[in-house]
Amino acid sequence: MELLQQISDQLEKGDTVKVAELTSQAIEQKLDTRIILDNGLIAGMAVVGKKFKAHDIFLPDVLLAARAMYAGLDLLKPLMIEEGIPTIGKVVIGTVQGDLHDIGKNLVGIMLKGAGFEVIDLGNDVTPEKFIDTAITEQADVIGLSALLTTTMPTMKKVVELAKERGIHGKTRIIIGGAPLSSEYAGDIGADAYCFDGIKAVECVKGFVGIN
Amino acid sequence: MRPKVEFLTPELKQRIISEARELICKLGIEIHNDSVISLLSDHGAKVEGQRVYYTDDIIDKSLESTPDSFKLYDSMGKEAVDLSGYKVNYTPGSAAINILDSNTGKSRKPTSADYVRYTQLMTGMRHVASQSTAMVPVDVHERISDSYRLYLSLMFCEKPVVTGTFTIEAFEIMKDLQLAVRGSKEALAAKPLTVFSCCPTSPLKWSDVTSQNVVDCARYSIPVEYISMPLSGFMAPVTLVGSIVQHTAETLSGLAITQLTNPGAPVLWGGSPAIFDLRYETTPMGAIGTMMIDCAYNEIGKHFGIPTQAYIGLSDAKMLDAQAGLETSMGATLAALAGINNISGPGMLDFESCFSLEKLVVDNEICGMTHRLVRGIEPKNDFPSLPHFEELLREGHLLISDHTRKHVRDEIYFPGPTIDRANRSRWEEEGSLTIGERARSEVTRLLTEAEPVRLSNDVKNEMTRLITTEANKLGMDKLPALE
Repeated sequence: MELLQQISDQLEKGDTVKVAELTSQAIEQKLDTRIILDNGLIAGMAVVGKKFKAHDIFLPDVLLAARAMYAGLDLLKPLMIEEGIPTIGKVVIGTVQGDLHDIGKNLVGIMLKGAGFEVIDLGNDVTPEKFIDTAITEQADVIGLSALLTTTMPTMKKVVELAKERGIHGKTRIIIGGAPLSSEYAGDIGADAYCFDGIKAVECVKGFVGIN
Repeated sequence: MRPKVEFLTPELKQRIISEARELICKLGIEIHNDSVISLLSDHGAKVEGQRVYYTDDIIDKSLESTPDSFKLYDSMGKEAVDLSGYKVNYTPGSAAINILDSNTGKSRKPTSADYVRYTQLMTGMRHVASQSTAMVPVDVHERISDSYRLYLSLMFCEKPVVTGTFTIEAFEIMKDLQLAVRGSKEALAAKPLTVFSCCPTSPLKWSDVTSQNVVDCARYSIPVEYISMPLSGFMAPVTLVGSIVQHTAETLSGLAITQLTNPGAPVLWGGSPAIFDLRYETTPMGAIGTMMIDCAYNEIGKHFGIPTQAYIGLSDAKMLDAQAGLETSMGATLAALAGINNISGPGMLDFESCFSLEKLVVDNEICGMTHRLVRGIEPKNDFPSLPHFEELLREGHLLISDHTRKHVRDEIYFPGPTIDRANRSRWEEEGSLTIGERARSEVTRLLTEAEPVRLSNDVKNEMTRLITTEANKLGMDKLPALE
């Protein structure tokens, strides 16, 4: 489909206006909503992700592409609701209680949004209860926990324990990120994965919701 | 403001120059070439046997006719190297007799196939403007090992070439190879393709071969870089100033040979001096004293308004280790700050005797960093600052601001994958690779992407005919396989 390829190309260039125009055209031509989403918008973001990983493009280019994707997604959203098409996934993120560092967490949020996920950002100094309550209410697929301080790392364990208590452990996946952490620590506390940067977080969450 | 480093006061420069002039006028220069002696004698130099006593008139005339800049053009005719002012260009170290084998990590003799890999790799070295004839392949007759290198360089990479001959006879074919590329003597003079290194012999001497090379290059307006090599404490005074005096004298003596042959012929005020390590009896290129002499003689060249060259930004380490990195980056940084126009060094180890493709890839990044360094710190739509900070507070970040997008790639230097910038976890996930291992995969990647040189088949065939004829004369019935 040439039109979908154009959407993907313009999205790569970060051209918000053109992506919106082309998405409108696709809707007018009665193309399948799911196909516009998958083969136009998400396909474009996948190319962007690959180029970013290969250092051909930098973070600003990814974010601009994400912004362009949202221009298209906003037009598709009413149709998706009408047709009962779910978003590709919902992620609750936040910096754990006692920790006020949120640069890394923000970056992960931006990257996840860019990949098409719905992101609920709870900010910083977030209690375990708040994480779990929100995840249950929002039926989130993934909870993302961030910490920079070694002193706040144990709070992550509390979130995992609470998830077990409330019966969502295993269903709602938990990923952790931040300078003092490691895959080993994730394993120790029962989290599902440790992600060392934004792109890794996107790969991880995609894996959990079954997207390549 | 371009950041600079300087070592000599104006008074010290003047004194060094006047002392050097006195040396070549009163002590004279020993020259082992009759026609060069006649040339100098015709212009008023007193001659006693092979000793030629220069005159102030010869020196002044030579300085006057020397061009203050020139450019090199690639084999397709595109400008590639600007040798003027404080412009900085890199070229690999040259004429190594060994290569550090990527597979074994051991030093061995280079073959033609190694040379081809090197020259193809050079295309991908975006911070190294020209190639050099970096190694001496051993699988051709030694009498063509100089011209054959140039042939391979021109066949497999379009960048201009810093080179040189080992004999008087080889100049002919090395000139003919260039004429095959450019089409005529005039076209070659208009767009120089190579620079020839010509070395006086310290102290205060020119050999038959190298002085003749200077003359031959001048006749064809092929640029020459004089490579004076005083060795402080051995074949030169131990002090840095004394070594610079000697360097100035030897370089002025060469400059006169060029300018009396062909006034206006392009040259580089070059060199490869070194301090002499009296413990190991070696000539360390990575010594801080060596680097200081290089930067200082460059100031003498600049004082005369002549573009400069130096062998700096190389290392005496035997492998791609921390010493290789620290000596190379220290040298390249100083050279760039000093504004040396043609910096010969990348890829070289072990006192200019061992070339490493992996080191070339690492050094390319050092060169990139120094290119950024000398562009200095300049405001770029920074003032007034208020709107940027309002945007930052409003948006929470500046990742996609117009200001970031406009300036990110020229303001911040992003090195290639050889330089590790990953966080530890990512680095571990990608194999916990050392710099040598990362450089090795970069060599492989770049060689896979190598494309053929765009010269016409007629030109390539003519160059092959020229070199084959030379090889046949020396009893080689065919050229070595290149794979």
